[in-house]
Amino acid sequence: MAGESVTLIGLWSSPFVLRVKWALEVKGIEYQYVEEDLSNKSAMLLQYNPVYKKVPVLVHDGKPLAESLVILEYIDETWKQTPLLPHDPYEKAKARFWSRFVDEKCVPALITTFFKGGEEQQKAGQEVRENLKILEGGIEGKHFGGEKIGFVDIAIGWLGYWIPIVEEIVGINLIDKELMPKLDAWFHDFLEHPVIKECIPPRDKLLNHNKASRKVSTSSST
Amino acid sequence: MASSKEEVTLLGAKESPFVCRVKIALNLKGVEYKYVEEDLLNKSELLLKYNPIYKKVPVFVHNGKPIAESLLIVEYIDDAWKHNPILPSDPYQRALARFWSKFIDDKVVVPARKAVFTVDEKEREENAEESLKGLQFLENEIKDKKFFGGEEIGLVDIAAVFIAFWIPMFQQIAGLELFTSHKFPKLYKWGQELINHPVVKESLPPRDPTFAFFKGRYESLFASK
Repeated sequence: MAGESVTLIGLWSSPFVLRVKWALEVKGIEYQYVEEDLSNKSAMLLQYNPVYKKVPVLVHDGKPLAESLVILEYIDETWKQTPLLPHDPYEKAKARFWSRFVDEKCVPALITTFFKGGEEQQKAGQEVRENLKILEGGIEGKHFGGEKIGFVDIAIGWLGYWIPIVEEIVGINLIDKELMPKLDAWFHDFLEHPVIKECIPPRDKLLNHNKASRKVSTSSST
Repeated sequence: MASSKEEVTLLGAKESPFVCRVKIALNLKGVEYKYVEEDLLNKSELLLKYNPIYKKVPVFVHNGKPIAESLLIVEYIDDAWKHNPILPSDPYQRALARFWSKFIDDKVVVPARKAVFTVDEKEREENAEESLKGLQFLENEIKDKKFFGGEEIGLVDIAAVFIAFWIPMFQQIAGLELFTSHKFPKLYKWGQELINHPVVKESLPPRDPTFAFFKGRYESLFASK
């Protein structure tokens, strides 16, 4: 659409930004990407996301939106090609449910597993495994939504890339290939998809970045 | 598209603000439904079957298919019954409605509950502070609109019924000042409009028994210290 301006304000190391990138790429939407420095937030970020001051922020023709899952739905409703959410209301509700489940249950547990130690870490790790087992039960067909890449794949596929990095750094197994074969296979398939693969940050870079942020966090806690 | 063969069931608890959200949505759409009161201290087989992951209410069951999480249920109701829309039709406005509804859950509901129903004093104070910040954002957002949805109530109003009806009770129980007309004049005015809206009024639980329920919960929390 001529005259449309789409800008994504993001951070290369953020899985939430990656979700939005994936949605834009899968739909073939032209956009400008702006890398944000979260230790020195730009005036633009503070103007466009005064409530949370975080990335991702999508700006479409001057109108800003924050919160990655909200942005995903907006993208899907605005650009109708390659629909991400299913048409059926119930299937739509299920897709939203799984996406939220990851944000509300998996992410906090994963963060604790990564940044904490001792019993707190063990307990969180167990919680991550339990949550992944629940996800295992929710997979139907090749992708979460069936045969094509859909909303849930884009919303939660990043786990397949980030979790192994967490596992390597903290030395705790989270994706159990025996207990979660479907999930493991699905993560693999999704991350091999050409459009998806192209956007993923380089593994070494991400690994080192996460190692460093863990060091800072664990050294600064009393 | 009312069909006499449609089965609509809501599993709930009468004091729950989240169940109330769903009731408002159903009543706005004029959908007939069967209501099943759950005893949350003794959860039914039905609840555990329909919401194995969270084991909470509300759970909405439409023709045998269950949905959990109040805001998801409200969006589903809006998708399944097209008349009297709860979300706007414009994608950007829809996105804003979703943004603010999530904000209400994360930045107002969670801290407001913790500001009252937590034993640790420091944690209560911190959460009271956070609730006030959240309410301030909403005060700035309501401006001079009658409802967040405009002339009629929408998703954000439904999400925020917790603020209009439950927070005043909580603050009275705990002796806190969170949501007052002095601190948030525009939001307070909105709250009054909301609880007096005929559909909302019909959906709210009776105040006195609900107050007694939460007061009991508050007192037992501190009694067991």
